Amino acid sequence: MSLSAKQKATVKDFFGKMSTRSDDIGAEALSRLVAVYPQTKSYFAHWKSASPGSAPVRKHGITIMGGVYDAVGKIDDLKAGLLSLSELHAFMLRVDPVNFKLLAHCMLVCMSMVFPEEFTPQVHVAVDKFLAQLALALCEKYR
Amino acid sequence: MVEWTEFERDTIKDIFSKIDYDVVGPAALTRCLVVYPWTRRYFGNFGALYNAEGIMGNEMVANHGKKVLHGLDRAVKNMDHIKESYCELSQLHSDQFHVDPDNFRLLADCLAIAIATQWGSAFTPDIQAAFQKFLSVVVFSLGSQYH
Repeated sequence: MSLSAKQKATVKDFFGKMSTRSDDIGAEALSRLVAVYPQTKSYFAHWKSASPGSAPVRKHGITIMGGVYDAVGKIDDLKAGLLSLSELHAFMLRVDPVNFKLLAHCMLVCMSMVFPEEFTPQVHVAVDKFLAQLALALCEKYR
Repeated sequence: MVEWTEFERDTIKDIFSKIDYDVVGPAALTRCLVVYPWTRRYFGNFGALYNAEGIMGNEMVANHGKKVLHGLDRAVKNMDHIKESYCELSQLHSDQFHVDPDNFRLLADCLAIAIATQWGSAFTPDIQAAFQKFLSVVVFSLGSQYH
């Protein structure tokens, strides 16, 4: 399910529109991940707090969204572009890949909350596909 | 049996008393058919569903979206017996419509996004959690009679 040229353009365009709110959306998305899927807190046991809305969670959400934006710039070759991030996730973080889907869903919820008009079904499918491709690229080195 | 907190019960009743079924139902089903195109396999008699524009303007899709959303009413009224409430509907989806139950999960995700679009920041993380828990119970129940 790779992105068409039109869908790549749609993704770049929407992320451009989103850029002023990207920190908020990133922070909120990770907060929602631990709120809606509490089992994901297992990856953050080393933090002082992994509860929704807490400072470490929001800060990390911003970091992750930064990575997503970086990936938008590498949308034509995600596997090559995300090689080192993939190694990080495969050998150090070892996040179960199912969680990428859960976080992607939370990101989509936040995008639709903040940009209800712009997040049309057509934008939704393009962004959903992009996040799925991103997740695949992150899993590249897993096994 | 599923255990519900008072917050969860109140949240579910609140959501379903506030949403406009005529807007949210069609929006959710439309999104599902656009974002997960393989779901169109179940609606061959709805006419041309080849692209987003066709789907978004389709009256049969809109009407069916409302119908499906009202299908959740029985769960709202019967939160302690959701699985039993959906026995018949589960059999129907399995034996008559032959719907892959994973599709219920896809529609549930689209429903959460449809409500998020309507409510904005009022769709708080706690409310989202309660709503998705409710939907996952319905999704499970709809798949329960498959054999």
